[in-house]
Amino acid sequence: MMIKAAVLVLLMLPVLSGLRAGESPPLAPLTLPPEAETTMGALHALDRLGFGPRPYEVEQVRQMGVSRWIARQLNPASIPEPEALSLQLAALPTLTESNVELYRRQMMLNRDKSDSGQEAKKDFDRTVLQEAATARIDRALLSDRQLQEVLVGFWFNHFNVFRGKGLDHVWVGSFESESIRPYVFGRFRTLLEATARHPAMLFYLDNWQNSAPGSHSRQGKELGLNENYARELMELHTLGVDGGYSQQDVTELARILTGWGLRDRAERGPSRLNHGSMVQEADYSLAFDPSRHDFGEKHFLGHVIKGEGWREFELALDILAAHPATAHHLSFQLAQYFVADQPDPRLVDKMAESFLKSGGNLTVVMRTMIESPLFWSPQVIGHKFKTPFEYAVSALRASNVTPARMQPVLGLLGQLGQPIYGIETPDGYKQVESAWLNPDAMARRLSFATMLGGGRLADQTVTVSDAALRSVLPYTLSPQTERALGENDAKLRPIILLGSPDFMHR
Amino acid sequence: MNPAPMQRRAFLASSLALASGLALPIGRAGWFARAAEPDGKRLIVIFLRGAVDGLNVVVPYGDDVYYNARSSIAVQPPGREHGAINLDGHFGLHPALAALLPRWQGGQLAFVHASGSPDPTRSHFDAQLYMENGTPGRGALPDGWMNRLLGALPGPRSAGRAIAFGPQVPRILAGSQPVANLSSGNDIGKPLAIDRPGVSQAFASLYDGNDAMSKAFQDSVQSRQQMQADAESMAAGGGAEQMAADNGAPLPNGFPSDAAKLARMMRQDPSIRLAFFALGGWDTHIRQGNGEGQLANRLRPLGDGLAALAGGLGPAFDDSLIVVMSEFGRTVHENGNGGTDHGHGNVLWLLGGKVAGGRVYGKWPGLRPDQLYQERDLAVTTDFRLILGPTVTRHLSLPDQTIATLFPGIPAGSVSSSLLRA
Repeated sequence: MMIKAAVLVLLMLPVLSGLRAGESPPLAPLTLPPEAETTMGALHALDRLGFGPRPYEVEQVRQMGVSRWIARQLNPASIPEPEALSLQLAALPTLTESNVELYRRQMMLNRDKSDSGQEAKKDFDRTVLQEAATARIDRALLSDRQLQEVLVGFWFNHFNVFRGKGLDHVWVGSFESESIRPYVFGRFRTLLEATARHPAMLFYLDNWQNSAPGSHSRQGKELGLNENYARELMELHTLGVDGGYSQQDVTELARILTGWGLRDRAERGPSRLNHGSMVQEADYSLAFDPSRHDFGEKHFLGHVIKGEGWREFELALDILAAHPATAHHLSFQLAQYFVADQPDPRLVDKMAESFLKSGGNLTVVMRTMIESPLFWSPQVIGHKFKTPFEYAVSALRASNVTPARMQPVLGLLGQLGQPIYGIETPDGYKQVESAWLNPDAMARRLSFATMLGGGRLADQTVTVSDAALRSVLPYTLSPQTERALGENDAKLRPIILLGSPDFMHR
Repeated sequence: MNPAPMQRRAFLASSLALASGLALPIGRAGWFARAAEPDGKRLIVIFLRGAVDGLNVVVPYGDDVYYNARSSIAVQPPGREHGAINLDGHFGLHPALAALLPRWQGGQLAFVHASGSPDPTRSHFDAQLYMENGTPGRGALPDGWMNRLLGALPGPRSAGRAIAFGPQVPRILAGSQPVANLSSGNDIGKPLAIDRPGVSQAFASLYDGNDAMSKAFQDSVQSRQQMQADAESMAAGGGAEQMAADNGAPLPNGFPSDAAKLARMMRQDPSIRLAFFALGGWDTHIRQGNGEGQLANRLRPLGDGLAALAGGLGPAFDDSLIVVMSEFGRTVHENGNGGTDHGHGNVLWLLGGKVAGGRVYGKWPGLRPDQLYQERDLAVTTDFRLILGPTVTRHLSLPDQTIATLFPGIPAGSVSSSLLRA
């Protein structure tokens, strides 16, 4: 087994080269339409490629040059992180633990079956989850790599895993830091494999149980196929539901994926089986178990795949990642999130073309989108209704408030239906207005605006000024906002601005 | 033809005038406005998202193929340990749903087996969309059939007539008619920060338009006033009676307690005509268990909650129709992990005072390979639209033409017998 693993790693080396995390081609200057280099353009960039401006930041970006600001955002390694963020993250020690370490600690704690032992385990579970969710907000709030953090949210949602499914409550955070964040500017193929290999995904969509029909577990139990991951891998992660696959393709892909699972407990020492990792973090608790693999020939999406074991998985991911349906599906998802609920099909086509031409380079696709005049059109600017997460984070950024306790923010996200790591189904949260604009949401968003704008959110020490808020909004506000501002005194003005239709859109 | 926005504006103005100076804008005006509406029939839809395994809910224990196909997850026949509860000599009810047995025996609970959507998709998300917008195979319709149903009901437009439990308004209730949603059952009727004097007026002025955000805001004001008034009058009058209905037993969290709350609200306030719940956790790809286990643990609170809902409605149960549905069924054969994968036909549940219950309806297609849909799933012999269209419209005393409004393109045909008693 050991020898075989080593051979496999060697075999993978050619694929590894040139696919390193965060890899992106040297950045040529962006070519933006003239309307981008204006105050409105700067605001639009901060609103769409970040979680909204901080006070007076619009002017800073305009002076720096919108195109320059975006070029830096596309190359986040060039942007130093602020000390305030490092300090916040340093207070969250479980963030730096790998999925393997987290799993081991959880198992050790779980050995103690006494009440106090089980209490300690529950404490640990809570802490890991709480720290991961807090870090998500801290980064969105404080990181200067704003586009990176927006993309982490987007791709996590695209490859959603759920905190409420078994062990995933200790793994959702490591899934984000090990399988998403390092790859959002790289090739889609790499990102896809990083998610496919992570125990959070293997567990969430049950592939760790997916076995060749007629194979047996170590305990002698008869095993068989499980289609769950195979279906969602095509429907949600790659081709899209109209991507032209059949039930037979689902079954064949499930057969290809048999045997990819988690190492048995006994095997979970230091990494022993780690076939051809294309990802940075080598140790994934992941194992390919040939005894549960279906070695028959497969007919998948018009390709014949010979029963070769672990390599079939690589081939299947190659086929899926390079498929035109995938290019289109991902481009649509990105354009819907970044541009419009019903994105212009011309823009989607252009992005898909760029995806295929660049071999699925996500930075190139983003660039194509940003350089399109359709991204800067007046029908687009200020017309996306913010999701609950975007609303809460942008309000805190605009107010220059870092809450001393995250609980009120996490609670709001729960009430608004977008708890962090909290969506049970693999399609993730919807990114369109119809999902988020409803009566209860209005009452709760406006209550949050009232607390924050009134200086009463979670031991808040910062007073929110309406002048600072004006600096993050368009110069011309909607008539009803202007009217409400005129009718009310200074104390209510920050509340009105944070609760205004102008601020609820980006 | 449609005076609704005007009425709502007038209503808002009057309740805000009342509210000025109060911390809580309690709308007495809302209470009187609602009293004018005739005591109506109610419809409650419970959607089991994730595709519940209908073959283990209403178990064809009389069919040997069932036991051959499910060596570890079949629910044993009646009389065995954790066996099904006999319904009609062929079908049995999952034992975790025992709380519903009295309703079956009372002829108020019926099932339609081998029913579902004719569309072949095995995607949860597409299948749910089709069942919610009411047009299988077509996702384009932007509104849901319950919203169109709301539009077909007589009586004034009001956000409090339909309630979705949950932080979002689901597709089934989305559309031009106003609906209310409640993100948490725990703080119904409690004040929020926007109820502060000054703030509520400022936002009422900011959102007094006809745009989507203004409408959502106005609907929230209206429905929250209604809930607050209901909470008040329950505290004032209905409290003791309610304690009796609950039999003093504290209800567990989750669906049973939400269902009991809904029952109380609907009993208290006849202007609430439609309600919707979505419950998740039915996508049992691994170790779903048989008479006990994972699925049983999900079914138990569902059965207990439905029993609490039926009981809590009290006399209003007679006027209520409760539908339990799911996007598709699951494979007849268990998969390699003691679970089931995405399938086709399923079972639809009907509960209510006027349901012609105590029967399992539908044409049973059988479970032999040649009888299955695509050789793997229970076939659909009854289109869900042919169940819901006639039943819902008849229950709500709406003309037959409404059926085509709810389900455009509904095929010809009907369920062999009426599912409601005369």
